Amino acid sequence: MIKEIDLYARQKRLAWFLIMPSVIVVLLIIAYPTIQVLVYSLLKYKLDGVTPPSFVGFDNFAFVLSDPDWWSAVSNTLIFTVVSVVLESILGLMIAMVANSKFKGRTLLRVAILVPWAIPTVVSAQVWKWMVNDIYGVVNIVLTDLHILPEKIAWLATPATALPVIIAVDVWKATPFMALLLLAGLQLIPKDLYEAGSIDGATKVRQFWAITLPLVTPTLLVALIFRTLDALRVFDIFYVMVGGQGNMATMAVYNQQQLISFLDAGVGSATSVIILVIIMLFVILYTRFSRTSFE
Amino acid sequence: MSNNPSPSYGRILSRSFLAAATALLLPTALRAGVTIHFAGDSDVGEGGRWTKVVAEEWAKKTGNTVDYISRPNDASATLQLFQQYWAAKSGDVDVYMIDVIWQGIAAAHAADLKKYVKDDEIKDYFPRIIENNTVKGKLVSLPLYTDAGVLYYRTDLLEKYGYKEPPKTWEELAEMAKKIQDGERQAGKPDFQGFVFEGKASESVTCNAIEWVYSYGGGTIIDPDKKVTINNPKAIKALEAAKSWVGTISPQGVVSYGEEEARNIWQAGNAAFMRNWPYAYALGQDPKSVISGKFAATVLPKGGADGKNAACLGGWQLMVSAYSKNADAAADLARFLCSAEIQKRRAVDLSELPTRPEVYKDPDVLAKNPWFANAVEILNNAIARPSTVTGVDYNQVSTVFFQSVNKVLTGGESSQQAVTDVERVAKRIVR
Repeated sequence: MIKEIDLYARQKRLAWFLIMPSVIVVLLIIAYPTIQVLVYSLLKYKLDGVTPPSFVGFDNFAFVLSDPDWWSAVSNTLIFTVVSVVLESILGLMIAMVANSKFKGRTLLRVAILVPWAIPTVVSAQVWKWMVNDIYGVVNIVLTDLHILPEKIAWLATPATALPVIIAVDVWKATPFMALLLLAGLQLIPKDLYEAGSIDGATKVRQFWAITLPLVTPTLLVALIFRTLDALRVFDIFYVMVGGQGNMATMAVYNQQQLISFLDAGVGSATSVIILVIIMLFVILYTRFSRTSFE
Repeated sequence: MSNNPSPSYGRILSRSFLAAATALLLPTALRAGVTIHFAGDSDVGEGGRWTKVVAEEWAKKTGNTVDYISRPNDASATLQLFQQYWAAKSGDVDVYMIDVIWQGIAAAHAADLKKYVKDDEIKDYFPRIIENNTVKGKLVSLPLYTDAGVLYYRTDLLEKYGYKEPPKTWEELAEMAKKIQDGERQAGKPDFQGFVFEGKASESVTCNAIEWVYSYGGGTIIDPDKKVTINNPKAIKALEAAKSWVGTISPQGVVSYGEEEARNIWQAGNAAFMRNWPYAYALGQDPKSVISGKFAATVLPKGGADGKNAACLGGWQLMVSAYSKNADAAADLARFLCSAEIQKRRAVDLSELPTRPEVYKDPDVLAKNPWFANAVEILNNAIARPSTVTGVDYNQVSTVFFQSVNKVLTGGESSQQAVTDVERVAKRIVR
């Protein structure tokens, strides 16, 4: 009896010893900065190297939450996230199914769909910005030459047209990522299920709803979580294409402006904390949803 | 020695040791100079390449080395970058090229140039700029070149449409621009624009908008006595006028144009009028340019008959970092680049406005830039952005101003709402 306890204690100690390095790394690179951001969010703290920080309680949070620019940033981010992730999932699944079927040049297609994903976002966003330029952009020239548009449009001038353009660029860029993840999921589906389905007389459409979709759902959920969290933190596309326009910021752009442009570590940190909470809400939502759908 | 003509083994050894020692010591002797890290103009434009070459001349002359660091094209982005160096008290950059409005922000991180530049030399610069660059008794930076917003107009097109002189008021400009734009578009130039300016939500539109507001008598956002003045009917009238240009005499996309975007259209011969800085003059008069010899520059129009001529005061300065390890050499580079001789070359090559009155009298400078004769007057009437009263918080005031003005131009906000927003933020800062 005594010996058994001793053994258990020893094993427990060994376990602690073995996970210690990872615990230390996590504490250093995740817990420490997070706690520091929480502390900064309660200070009036200008990074100008002159003013000393002082404690202000929740003033920074009150400032952010009462700033109309913040709420327009939240709404831009949410619209961007929902629309782009839905479109990317649908298109990604379609492309993955094409890439999964057998045909000549399949390898070439699989490589080709990755090209937009491989280009750094800052570069592709700048290229798109030139392409949608109102006077000399190729998009306007083609659309007016084909008489689809009566006259050239300044796409990035107002939120009404800028947001759809940015979503389109993001869909162009991130769909390959979705397609690649979903392709991996599709390849896990045993082929004999489809054979059995055809023998039982199920049409291709029926096979999709009864076999493909349910079996690819776990992969789809993982991909959705990745893309959603990515989209909620979007910065680069917006910064390059419409950077600076007050009503076209995202949560991350707003945060960058407070912290980097205004050197306000207090308000900047408070913004980070609020973004953290919003992203946590999405994570909880997703894990709840994925648990109920699997149990 | 005489009985042994061939050198002994020991001698060979000592000689080779000496040679090795010399080889080791030599680089140290050559290393007398130091390396100055110079964050100058963006080397995408002509100004950056030019500055880089001149800085190299200084390096050759003094036996030092210059490590040229390019900056982003956009002034607001540059400030963000520099602020990170300053917040970290970094000695990685010795000399910074800084905007006229950043003096308050930069002051804590600048070496006092009064220690390196004699009083007599300081007197050679425009007193107004030196005054602007002096924060709490500290000379933060030396004036490299100055800037003022000017109106460019196509002399050939004005003549073609029967106008004898450039517009006196914004209303006249709008009328002329409309007529020329309509005429040119009918003559087979569908992309022709009446007027291009900088409407991008960045420091660019702050400069443009402060000119509109001031020209209509609406003040300069915050007056020198720290009174927030922007919320007034004249300022609203100025913003309404600007809003009416977008989509009529100016392209819709003007709300996303910075200086270079506006100049691209102008220099392609696709605009009748342009508001820009003096640098566009030399580029437009380049023999390869299609508008060479077909345009002139003058003061910006008044806001209505009883308005004022306004030109936003701009310009760039050289600052020596307080964290520089080679402040002496760094200050010497700054002095060299701001010297009368180099300023003359800058004025001839780049048409940038000198910061020393004497250079304006130089015949070579005037031959290349005839309009410099009026430049001193334009500069004397130039309006400063409220950077002195806002100090370290200038960027915050400017940001709310440029974002609000940009919203007005895109139709996202009323002019009344815009000035109210600016007033609210500005009051929080200067109280």
